Amino acid sequence: MVLRGKAWKFGDSISTDLICPGRFFHLRSNLPELAKHVLEDADPNFASRMSKGDFVVAGNNFGLGSSREHAPTIIKLAGVSAVLAKSFARIFYRNAINVGLPLLECDTDKIELNDEIEVDLATGMIKNVSKGIELKAHPLPKAMLNILNDGGLLAHIEKHGGFKLD
Amino acid sequence: MGKTMAEKILSEKSGQDAHAGDIVIAHVDVAAFQDGTGPLGVRQLQKMSLEEVRARRSVLFIDHAAPSPRKELSNDHMLLREFSRKTGAILSEIGEGVIHQRLVESYARPGDVVIGADSHTCTSGALGAFATGMGSTDVAIGMAMGKSWFKVPETYRIEVNGDFTPGVGSKDLILYLIRMLGADGATYKALEFGGPAIDKMSMESRFVLSNMAVEAGAKTGLIASDRKTRQYLKARGRVKDWRALAPEEGAKYERVIVVDASKLVPQIAFPHTVDNTKDIDKGRGTKIDQVFIGTCTNGRIEDLRIAARILRGRERAPHTRLVVVPASRDIYLEALGSGLLDIFVRAGGIIMGPGCGPCVGVHQGVLGDGEVCLSTANRNFRGRMGNPDGFVYLASPATAAFSAIKGQISDPREFFARRQRKKVAKPGKRGRRGRKIHR
Repeated sequence: MVLRGKAWKFGDSISTDLICPGRFFHLRSNLPELAKHVLEDADPNFASRMSKGDFVVAGNNFGLGSSREHAPTIIKLAGVSAVLAKSFARIFYRNAINVGLPLLECDTDKIELNDEIEVDLATGMIKNVSKGIELKAHPLPKAMLNILNDGGLLAHIEKHGGFKLD
Repeated sequence: MGKTMAEKILSEKSGQDAHAGDIVIAHVDVAAFQDGTGPLGVRQLQKMSLEEVRARRSVLFIDHAAPSPRKELSNDHMLLREFSRKTGAILSEIGEGVIHQRLVESYARPGDVVIGADSHTCTSGALGAFATGMGSTDVAIGMAMGKSWFKVPETYRIEVNGDFTPGVGSKDLILYLIRMLGADGATYKALEFGGPAIDKMSMESRFVLSNMAVEAGAKTGLIASDRKTRQYLKARGRVKDWRALAPEEGAKYERVIVVDASKLVPQIAFPHTVDNTKDIDKGRGTKIDQVFIGTCTNGRIEDLRIAARILRGRERAPHTRLVVVPASRDIYLEALGSGLLDIFVRAGGIIMGPGCGPCVGVHQGVLGDGEVCLSTANRNFRGRMGNPDGFVYLASPATAAFSAIKGQISDPREFFARRQRKKVAKPGKRGRRGRKIHR
């Protein structure tokens, strides 16, 4: 599947507190409302100005901190097609795959705000259409690829009646 | 080849010879939710019509918004109570305490696999359990099926020698390590703490190290289960839960880091990342609006004792609020019985019920615009305490208590050095206020 959209650029160490702030704790059972505040403390304009299909592009250690699965969930719910970063924090990485949000680890210095991006999830090829360059993402580990391809952890368990990782 | 603690536990629990890098499906002994992550997990199970629990112990903790400040959160709590009634999952009600403190007090055992929908689940690693934080769906599946999948992590061995200077402790050690490793320096790895300084360390201080392993990106922070672990469990009426557990001879470590505790000075994590840590000199004099002593990191009896020792007979600075939150009901009762709470209230502090307090920015001490909090918690990300325009500094309970009196970041070694001098000057005499000097 090829995804297309515009890049929104963020820096290093985007914590789950920045993605899904604690002051909206009471909205955690109202995900559509919570999604209106996605990444608000990193970029207050992001949620209102992004278009469906856009990419979140960041630096190192994206998603560090709290285990709140609401963070990748509201990124996906807001319509982001994938998150591209130099590296991801462990729990966020696993959560994103579990909720079916694609993540790509690549050299994001080659992408700037508003660049037109194309991502082929099957091959991990990333095309920066605006700059005319191609990047290759590190492939997902097999276990995680299986879960993502099944549509997330719930769908994976329902399909196989348990974990089917190899 | 010998095994690390992580390899040993995951081998036992998966029934296969597990080594770093392997993917295993392991038995889950304890699965835990808290009120911020549990409702999503419960709804995931409802979607699958899988409302049952198969982990040895499944526990739901109401601690993050406790008591509830809003109707939405009250409704979330109702959902957890209903799930507990339906499935038999244990409910830890408002007032019983923070998930990670309650897990080590009553549920986690050496050699267990513990998963929790909270990143600081790694705290139970100090009991010698493979304990790690995951998201709601992973924990929901682990709770319902009694198993989960794991990548067996490589291990960084942290070897600690020497004795701490008075006023310096395990919080300073772990902040120093995170400063050295970086917030992603140990991503996907297990930390394993050991050496003479760890052998001598109280369980309370060990929990601080394991609690903050995740702040370097680590999956868990393990400490061998020894005589101290046995004493701790025995005191809780759980001696049967104890077993000895240590890494094997010849275990393979990806990295070995040696630290001399005697060389450490108090550490301060500056806003807005935990690895933005510096020696206390660099923060000295920073004006503080609020001091917060508590959390799953430093809300234990040892922490309250050291804070009370410093605050006894003194008062907080007029411009500095002091919020104290014991991490569990048992800690609250012990602090109450031994007069610590009296000392805090007389010092101008406020005591909140056992729970997470203001750490997550939900209630009980949200910061105003531009305000500075010196906190004994484990995180200082922007917005953490409920306001993106607030500033959170992290430190030990000794630093927090001493700074509350001064109204600015202050080095607790001054307090201990003064006492040391007094003791030397007047052996066996009475103190300034006629109180006997404790030795």
